[in-house]
Parts: sequence; structure tokens; C-alpha cells
Amino acid sequence: MFLDYDTLKLIWWLLVGVLLIGFALTDGFDLGVGMLLPFLGKNDNERRVIINSVGPTWEGNQVWLITAGGAIFAAWPTVYATAFSGLYVALLLVVFALFFRPVGFDYRSKIADPRWRNSWDWALFVGGFVPALVFGITFGNLLQGVPFHFDEILRSTYTGSFFDLLNPFALLAGLVSLSMLVMHGAIYLQLRTEEAVYQRAKRAAAIAALTMITSFALAGLWLGMGIDGFRILSMPPVDAAPNILAKTVEQASGAWLSNYASYPWMLMAPLFGFSGAAGALWLSARDQPGLAFISSGLSLTGVILTAGFSMFPFILPSSTDPNSSLTAWDATSSHLTLSWMFFAAIFFLPLIILYTSWVYRIMGGKVTEKQIQQKKHSVY
Amino acid sequence: MVSETVVELSRFQFALTAMYHFLFVPLTLGLAWLLVIMESVYVITGKQIYKDMTRFWGKLFGINFALGVTTGITLEFQFGTNWAYFSHYVGDIFGVPLAIEGMMAFFLESTFVGLFFFGWDRLTKAQHLVVTFLVALGSNLSALWILIANGWMQNPVGAEFNIETMRMELTSFADLFFNPVAQVKFVHTVAAGYVTGAMFVLAISSYYLLKGRDEAFARRSFAIASAFGLASILSVIILGDESGYELGDVQKAKLAAIEAEWETHEAPAPFTLFGIPNQETQTTDYAIKIPFLLGLIATRSIDEEVEGLKDIIARNEGRIRNGMLAYGALHKLRGGDNSEQTRTLFEQHKKDLGYGLLLKRYTEAVTDASDAQIAEAARNSIPHVAPIFWVFRLMVAAGFIMLFVFAAAFYYCTKRVACHKPWLLKLALFSLPLPWIAIEGGWFVAEYGRQPWVIGGILPTRLATSTLEASDLYFSLAGFIGFYTLLLVIELFLMFKYARLGPSSLHTKRYHFETTGNDTATVLATQPQARE
Repeated sequence: MFLDYDTLKLIWWLLVGVLLIGFALTDGFDLGVGMLLPFLGKNDNERRVIINSVGPTWEGNQVWLITAGGAIFAAWPTVYATAFSGLYVALLLVVFALFFRPVGFDYRSKIADPRWRNSWDWALFVGGFVPALVFGITFGNLLQGVPFHFDEILRSTYTGSFFDLLNPFALLAGLVSLSMLVMHGAIYLQLRTEEAVYQRAKRAAAIAALTMITSFALAGLWLGMGIDGFRILSMPPVDAAPNILAKTVEQASGAWLSNYASYPWMLMAPLFGFSGAAGALWLSARDQPGLAFISSGLSLTGVILTAGFSMFPFILPSSTDPNSSLTAWDATSSHLTLSWMFFAAIFFLPLIILYTSWVYRIMGGKVTEKQIQQKKHSVY
Repeated sequence: MVSETVVELSRFQFALTAMYHFLFVPLTLGLAWLLVIMESVYVITGKQIYKDMTRFWGKLFGINFALGVTTGITLEFQFGTNWAYFSHYVGDIFGVPLAIEGMMAFFLESTFVGLFFFGWDRLTKAQHLVVTFLVALGSNLSALWILIANGWMQNPVGAEFNIETMRMELTSFADLFFNPVAQVKFVHTVAAGYVTGAMFVLAISSYYLLKGRDEAFARRSFAIASAFGLASILSVIILGDESGYELGDVQKAKLAAIEAEWETHEAPAPFTLFGIPNQETQTTDYAIKIPFLLGLIATRSIDEEVEGLKDIIARNEGRIRNGMLAYGALHKLRGGDNSEQTRTLFEQHKKDLGYGLLLKRYTEAVTDASDAQIAEAARNSIPHVAPIFWVFRLMVAAGFIMLFVFAAAFYYCTKRVACHKPWLLKLALFSLPLPWIAIEGGWFVAEYGRQPWVIGGILPTRLATSTLEASDLYFSLAGFIGFYTLLLVIELFLMFKYARLGPSSLHTKRYHFETTGNDTATVLATQPQARE
């Protein structure tokens, strides 16, 4: 086979990261726009401007999430199995909330009744708010470890409850996630709208960016001082067949910071998280939404990588049976599967980025109230 | 061990959400190509009416598409949330087509579908047609990869058990991709989708013709749907699924169940047209049989046997005993006993490991199963015959009625008199539910007929669930039933509203409800359009 097993395991950690970041960068602003919709649009026309700024493209963006799910299934089957079944109620809430988006976008404009339209606006709000919050809470819990273990046939049992997920640190992580996606969405709206909606989006971007910087800093401090990380004591060779129960793991304070000590370049991630958001704040206030959007994107990338780097190689640490923790070395699929999936990914991901960019170019430009009025029967 | 309740509720939830998803997907598959055809005619002839057709049927396509996407999200997550052991045990293989589906197909479809609706003024005619084509291509490629995944559940080829990782692993991507069961399934399923799209357009066009409105618009839609529908229904029937039933042990049991074939007959076997299958006595009461037909359909020959259920059960009993040995050896191997003897024993019987796992239902340890338990496991190694027998016949009946409808519609279209045959138009209108009855029936036969396996011969369904509590399932089921009912009501409401409005919903001022007197579209249709 073309690439070594250990190389592929590392590549797949990166590729899952790429897919999650791709989701945050693209569908992230759709979620943010959904959350802002009822607040930034004061009348039906303004709300239609907001909806149509993402209407033609949100659907493709959501596929980053679907594909990330599929890729986790194929590349890390045990992570997919353990995390999705363990976080059952939380994930179903995400699924239920996501229901509202396809129908919200498509059905809202089909009937003119204000009650109908107002209901869908709030449905779109929920469709943005719940997933953004739950994803943040999930990362907050991953960093603390979640309670699960395996039996001898590798069936996982999760022993926590949904309400255990709602602990203070996780809620803080939820706030990081919410505020960064609202920031991203608000700046996107600045890019695509004008006048009243633009001005309100600018204010929202400032509030969200400040919230994000504060909560991210607090979460970082908390992580460094108050949360025990995980550390591998012994494990089989990295290129061995994945055998989850063959390693020993301990929980230790400060363990999540050890990667930054070993690889100082990883500090770029939190640095981008902060400076990207600060840059976005500054550029947005100076009416440079294009640059602000790029800066906000860098911030999102930095935040997600910060979570990833802190935990690496852990993906899903177990708080009740640390040896059952899942890592990028032992939760992967076979060498052959990783190889095939790698070829598929390096072929299709550039292609996807290429045609997505083309679609954005075609559908680009400001969405105005006049346009909506002219085409009120064909736009969302 | 997971309770029976959790297993049953998980199965119910998967069936509910998959079959609900499948209400929308086939219409997307078929309608997408009909849009490509209509728009191609528009690009070639430049006649405005074909653009209006593309846009109007596209509007209905959009209402349906939204729910297809909505309900697809559920399925993507549900393997992990509810079938965690399945995901661990076969994710190495099953995850591959799912992930590639996302990258190759769903991205394509979803990225361009927005441009289909909003790109009319921003693209040239040819560019827009390419966009429509890519949406159709994406949705069909999507079906291909999903059915490769599903085909592997019926006939798991190209994979092997790995003792160290305690799961199935991929050994050949080519075998997975070219799995004959998957290929046959793909053709049969997408063709059924085309039939659904065609019947949808045919029935709604018939409604306009019966009402005497938007005639030029409806007549052209009717004609395209009848031709496309006839070709599709012929593909569905001729390229039926049967040829896939000779491959794989689970497929054989499914075939025997469809035909309520308890005994193995001398070739060629007769086809049981009707009868009442009795699982207890393993007989079919009051059977009406047509000589030779089953052998011909199932084996495409006159000298191959179609294996009966009793023989399948007897063979499975032997395989269960082998599976016990394999499971016992595996247990020792994983416990650290690496002796040559244990390894050989496992290698010898590992192909029957899945059959050993069937015993987990009766005894956790497997190796201590009694003869009575083994016999019961063997008896339950085939699906319940009666529901499969009946639902299959329902599907086939719906198929043949549709064949008649499309053939008549096509015939009278070529004679140019279809619009003046009220009986035909009424028949077409009332045939609207038939494709859904047939596809849901087909789905049921394929998946219920796979029981007790989730992966044929490899992993029993009741082992495959997540370790959940019944209360988790009640929560999720309540959510699904509540939201899905609400969404269905809203979808049908909009669908009926827009189907009744017809092309007037485009607000072009050319159609019924907007014009007085003459059907101006008739005039327009005959003139090439001036640049808009």
C-alpha cells in the first residue's frame, strides 16, 4: 500500500479536522445567520434579505457536517459508535433542530401569512442555536473525558446522563461555540447586505467577537488550571492493528498542555483563535467585511485546532476507565480502508472546493430589499 | 446485555425513519431526470413553455427535496446513535460507501440544487441545464453508494473478521463496489424512483387535463411522463431484483420466504401465486401454483433448484454448531491462548462465527447452548414468511397496474388522443399512490426479509444495537413521530396547494387563475421565445 499505516492514521486525524473546520467555516455562518434572523430582521422584507443571503448556498454547506459524520464512521468507526450512542440525547436534539433548516428555508416563503413566516423564523433560529450550542458542549465534555467503557467483545457502555453534559465548563465551551458562529454569521451578513440590516449585523458582530474572546480566554485558563488531561503511559506501536484495550492511560493535571510544551508551534492555534477574532472585530467596525470574514474564519480554525491539539492523540477520553479512551492510533479503521478513503478525500475535496467557489461567485453580491421585491415569488 | 425492548424499539425506529425518508427520495431521483428532459427541450427549442414546465415541476421538486434532506440527516446519525455495535463491527467496510457518498454525490447535489432554483437569471441557458443535470447526477450517485452499503448488508463480500480488532475489515474495495447484489439493487431502486417521478407528473397533469385547464402545459408534461414512465416501469420489472437472490445465503432465505417455498422442489420449481403461509407447520395452505415459473424467474434456468426453507434451516443448524466452535476459539484467542490448535479451530469455522452469534439471544456464553436452544436458533434463522409473501405480491401487483397505466398513456399519446380519454386521465390520477405502495413494499421485503440478520450471516440484528435504555428510545421515538407527523402534514399541505395552483404559481401571467379566456400558453408554446 502506498502510505504507511501510522502516516495514514495521522493524516486521518488531520482530514477529520479539515472536515470539521470546513463545516464551521461554511455552515457555521449559516447557523449564525439563523440565530440572528429574528433579531436583525425587523420586518418581513429584511428577514427575507437575511434568509436569501444564505438561501442558495446553505444546503451545500451542511454537507460538510454530513461528510464529517460519514468520514468519522469510515475512519474512526469506534469513535462514531461510542460517541454517537453515548451522547444519545444531545445528538438527537441536534438532529431534531437540524430538521427545521431545510423546511424552514424552503417552505417559509411559500405562504404569505405573517404567523406562518414568523414561526419558520423561530424554527430557523432553533436550527442554528441548538446545534451550535450542543457542538460546543460536546467539545467541552470531550476535554473533561466522558464516562464509558468496553466489554470483552468491544461493546461500549456509556454510564453518564444527558444532564451530566451540562456542567459549567461545557456550558462555557458552548458559549465559545455560540459566540464564534454568531460572529461569523454577523460578518457574513455585513458582506451580503446593506443599510439597516448591515448596521445591525455590525453591532452583533462586535458583541459576539468580544464575547468569544472573553469566553475563549476563560475556557483556556480553566483548562490549564482546573481540568485534568489524559496521558498515555504505554501503548502498542503506532502502526499496529488498532487494539483499544492494549494501552494504559492516566488522568493528570496539566496533561492537556503538554503538547504545547513539546511542540511550541501548536501555540499558533490559540493565537489565531484570539487574534482572528480581534482582527474581525476591528475590520468589521471599519466596514471591511471581506477581510473581517477571513479573519473570523482564521479565528474559528484556531479555536477548533486548539481543542484538537490539546487532546491529541486523544479523540474520546474515558473518565471512568481511562484505558478505554479512544485515540487517533487505536480507534481507526484498517490500513486498507484508510488508504481508500484517503484517495477518495484527496480527489474529491479539492473538486468540492472548486465547484463550491464557482457557485458562490455566481450567487455573490449584495442581497437588497429591492431585489426581493422584484422576485418575491421566486426567492426564499 | 441489551433488553429485548431496546432491540425491538431500535428496529422500529430505524424502519420508521428509513421508510419515511424513502417517501421522498424516489421522487427526487425520478423528478430530477424529468427536469433535465424538460429543460433540454427548452434549451434546444427555445420555447418558453418548457422553461415554465421545468420551473413549475421544479417548485414541487423543491418541496419534496427539502424533506428528503431533512430526513436523510437522521439516517446519517442513526447508525451511530442506535446501532453502535453494528458501527463498530462493520464500520470499517460500511462506513466507506457512506463517506464516499457524501464526498462524491451529496455535495454535488446539494451545492447545485441552490443554483437550480436561484440561478435562472445568473446563468446562460446551457449552464443552467448543466446545473440541473448535476443535481440529477448527484442524487443518482448518492443512491448508488447507499445501495452499495445496503447491498453489502445483504451479501457481505470483500471483508474478513480480524481477531485483534474484534470486527470485520475490508479486504477488497473492488468486491465491495462490484457486489452483484448491490448493482442489481441499484438498477432496480433508481428505476423505481424514475417510475415514481413519472407517475407524479402524469397524475398531476391528468388532473389539469380533467379540469380542462393549462392544456398545452399539461399535455406536454403528460407526454414526457408517459414515455419516461413506460421505459422506467419496464426496467423495474425486467431488471427486477430476483437475479440478486441467488447470491448469498440470506438472499436465498429471503427468496424462499417471498415464495413461501418450504420444501426444495425439483427444478424448475413452481411459483406460488397465492396461499396462506404458516410458520408453525412450515406449510403454505390453499396454495395456487403455476408450474415452472419460480425456477425460471429466480434462476433464469430450467435445471437449477430453488432451495426451500426447511433445507435452509437444516443447514443453518449445522452452521450454528460450527459457529459455537468458532466463538469458543475466539474467546480463548482473545483471552491470550495463542496455541496452534485454537487458531486452527477458529480458522476452520470462522466463516460461521456469525451463526454462533445467533445463540447470544438464548445464552450469553454461546458455547454452552443446549440442543433445544440450537434448534430454536435455527428455526428462527429465517424471516417471518407471511408478511414478506404478502407484501411482495402487493408490490408486484402495484407494478403491473402501473405498467398498464403507462403503456395506455404512452399509446394514446402517440395517437395524440390521450387528453380526450377521461377514463385514462382518471386512472392516471388515481394511480398516484401506487409507486409509493410499491417502493415501501419493496423496501420492507428487502430489509424485513434479511432478518434475523443485520449483516447477512455475519451479525445478528439483536446484537447490533447500542447499549441504551428503553427510556432513551421512547424519547427519540416521541421526537421522530411528533416532528415527522408535523412535517408530513405541512409538506402535503404545500404540495396540494401548489399542485392545485399549477403553473400559475410561477406568476408569469400566462396560466389558469391568471388569464381570462384563451389559454395563452398555447400561443406562446408555438413561438420561439424572445430573449427574456
